[in-house]
Amino acid sequence: MTSLGLAFIVLGTAFNLFGCLGLVRLPDVYNRLQAATKCVTLGTCSVLFGVLLASGLTATGVKCLLTIIFLMLTAPVAAHAISRGSRRGGLPLWPASTCDLYPMPAGGSEEPGLEGDEAGAGVGAETGANP
Amino acid sequence: MKGIVSWLLGTLVLLGLVAAAVAYPLQLPGYQDLPFADLFARILTLLVLGAVLCLVRVALGATAADRIVAIDILGILIVGLCAVMTLTTGRSWYLDIGIVWALQSFIGSLALAKRLEGRSFDD
Repeated sequence: MTSLGLAFIVLGTAFNLFGCLGLVRLPDVYNRLQAATKCVTLGTCSVLFGVLLASGLTATGVKCLLTIIFLMLTAPVAAHAISRGSRRGGLPLWPASTCDLYPMPAGGSEEPGLEGDEAGAGVGAETGANP
Repeated sequence: MKGIVSWLLGTLVLLGLVAAAVAYPLQLPGYQDLPFADLFARILTLLVLGAVLCLVRVALGATAADRIVAIDILGILIVGLCAVMTLTTGRSWYLDIGIVWALQSFIGSLALAKRLEGRSFDD
């Protein structure tokens, strides 16, 4: 049982490493999200399942099971929210992309996308201004 | 031509980092007396290398969306690292750190994605 758990942990570590390599190497936000989210989510679930097999049905194993369920429910939701937000915020695709199923509205987006430096100041100002 | 050369250079650097992590693993405390201690050392070192690559993307990222993606991925990766640390040290509260990190990372990613879209938080 411990050897099977170790095999799952090694497999999940390989998935995590390849996902992080994709996060560094790919050219675009959407490509990076597509490469990293699936690999890292399934790799982490595999690592947790390996820890569950190696430790048995103790408190650690039950926590691993709960974390697997939580990650499977929340990680795709977060990734989809980030890609939807960046698309609606007007972030363009990589210029060599060949297929765009959700083209930009004519005349640009109605609200400009955030740049990196304005994000912190805008957050503080708006949350202070709203009652 | 220049693009191909820089691509090959980056690939060589990344392969060298992975090979160095496999050849010279970190000596983290807590697992030296386990069976499969060498394997656990390499697993922990590779997970830490993945976290460092996520932080590289945070430092280099051209837009805010890149940084948000990298932080989200880092939060998922740390959960696996905490699970392996639970197995190696035998302390069950490392997994509690992982659960809380996953929860906070999810809520933070949703809030930042909403902000990226151009809406405010209570919209």
